[in-house]
Amino acid sequence: MTPTNAAAPPPPETAEQLAAFEARIAAGEYIEPKDWMPERYRKQLIRMMSQHAHSEIVGMLPEGNWITRAPSLRRKMTLIAKVQDEGGHGHYIYCATETLGVSRDQMVADLLSGKAKYSSIFNYPTLTWADIGVIGWFVDGAAIVNQTVLAKASYGPYARSMIRICKEENFHKRQGYEICAVLASGTEAQRAMVQDAVNRWWWPSLMMFGPGDASSPNSEELLRWKVKRFSNDELRQRFVNLTVPQAQAIDVALPDPELRYDAASGDWHFGQVDWNEFWQVVKGDGPCNRERLAARNKAHDEGAWVRAAAEAYAARRAGAAASAAA
Amino acid sequence: MGYGSAPDEPETGAGSDAPERYRPVSERAAAVRPSASTGEHAAPLVEALLRLADDRLVLGHRLSEWCGHAPILEEDIALANIALDLIGQASLLLEHAGQVEGRGRSADALAYFRDAVEFRNLLLAELPNGDFAVTIVRQFLWSAFAVPHLKQLSASADATLAGIAAKGHKEATYHLRHAADWVLKLGDGTVESHARAQRALDELWPYVHEMFRTDDVEAPLVAAGVTIDPSTLQLAWRESVASVCRAATLKVPGDGWKAQGGREGRHTEHLGHLLGEMQILARSHPGAEW
Ligand SMILES: [Fe+2]
Ligand SMILES: [Fe+2]
Repeated sequence: MTPTNAAAPPPPETAEQLAAFEARIAAGEYIEPKDWMPERYRKQLIRMMSQHAHSEIVGMLPEGNWITRAPSLRRKMTLIAKVQDEGGHGHYIYCATETLGVSRDQMVADLLSGKAKYSSIFNYPTLTWADIGVIGWFVDGAAIVNQTVLAKASYGPYARSMIRICKEENFHKRQGYEICAVLASGTEAQRAMVQDAVNRWWWPSLMMFGPGDASSPNSEELLRWKVKRFSNDELRQRFVNLTVPQAQAIDVALPDPELRYDAASGDWHFGQVDWNEFWQVVKGDGPCNRERLAARNKAHDEGAWVRAAAEAYAARRAGAAASAAA
Repeated sequence: MGYGSAPDEPETGAGSDAPERYRPVSERAAAVRPSASTGEHAAPLVEALLRLADDRLVLGHRLSEWCGHAPILEEDIALANIALDLIGQASLLLEHAGQVEGRGRSADALAYFRDAVEFRNLLLAELPNGDFAVTIVRQFLWSAFAVPHLKQLSASADATLAGIAAKGHKEATYHLRHAADWVLKLGDGTVESHARAQRALDELWPYVHEMFRTDDVEAPLVAAGVTIDPSTLQLAWRESVASVCRAATLKVPGDGWKAQGGREGRHTEHLGHLLGEMQILARSHPGAEW
């Protein structure tokens, strides 16, 4: 594995190499780990993919928060399975990212130190059971919109991991929406619970697609290299268009007075996202940033002796096997 | 008021602060019976199924507490997987218990609307997770019991129980392998992990004996080939546990205090807190569907 921050500068990239690379991408070919790629492409992918993996891992915390209080055995089991799936997604994407020459240990260290980012949506608290439903519906729903596109990304290992992960995210979204549907047709307290959760999660979910195109500096190059395939605003609009009818179907309101159907474009027009809030949370001052990072660090620190034991044991086994073979 | 001084009131049996209708107790003593929730048992098969179910529900709940907080990602996934299996088994067992009982109680009603004194799980299952060593050693000690137990129950004369046990046996075999692997790694890992694993073993040992207790409740079921007498599993269990401990350089503790009471609903203080958390939402909305 080549360390990404090695002291030696990367070999110069020739115009021919870059042209051949871009031609492959334009022809719809996948770039594989051993293929030549521009350093900026590699860096962008490491950033995107490790952020994605971190988001899966940190995302286990807000939902895990309700495992011990899930209101029925079936809900308890599906929630455990979902959080377990997210852990599996994180694991899978870490492995895919390692093909770009960065170790999982390094990525985890960057997460724990606060250097690496993860999706800001997980810096909001899960206050009621309805949050579990709304997260599945909105957050997994938004993830699907993003990931369906990423499944056609130009980097082979990332695209393939997205195809597999997207199947499970679809399942999560269906389960989340079903939780909301049941609550929305339940008792008065349950209906209030789901409406409150929708009110709290709607805008942060729209922020999941990232800043508007006008203020998203990376996008043009990422689009050309098919790391991304659609702009943030296009994906956000797609999510809104998909979600509004789902909200109507279970008779919950979305907290946006400007929301209206525009027959000409076929889009649901929506109001202005509060980008101040978005940047505030990204920069570390969301409601749960500190707690999430503290929880990950606590698990990591308290697990240090366990990982050390596993390593010592494996080393001893390897030594024993070597001396037996000698 | 001091607690050390001699009683300065006539012996009424309840103290003179007690309302008149409770004094003296001695005249009413014949009417005092164990209540349904402490000491009185349901029909034997319901009781036996609740014992099996509650071990799994409570232990599965404990394991699920690790989700997102485990020492490595692989263990977040593995412990969640085991929790899921155990709660799945519990759910089937509770459903069966509710049907046998015939009072229209669903698996959820039994899980969420019984109080701690009505739970029938082993004390071992409800103890707090402690560190990773405690969680793993407990899982090992219990799974080493559950595997042969389920194997025999898969030949139960009760076809539903036999089916649940057969499925559970496959899962438990994996759980045992996972836990035994970690007992080896911790016991034979570093000085610290060895010390933690040995401490966990020592602390948990008083709670293992309850697994093998026989009582009159299940006697007719054992005779009819519906359940098995757990005491018959003890020797083989001791041998298999000892062999893993030997390989892990851990010392099997001597038998001293033997904690018990879970099968009669006399639990540690921990269970009430566990259930308080588990049941809060369901109980806050009685009659609601989820
Ligand atoms: Fe995921
Ligand atoms: Fe998901």
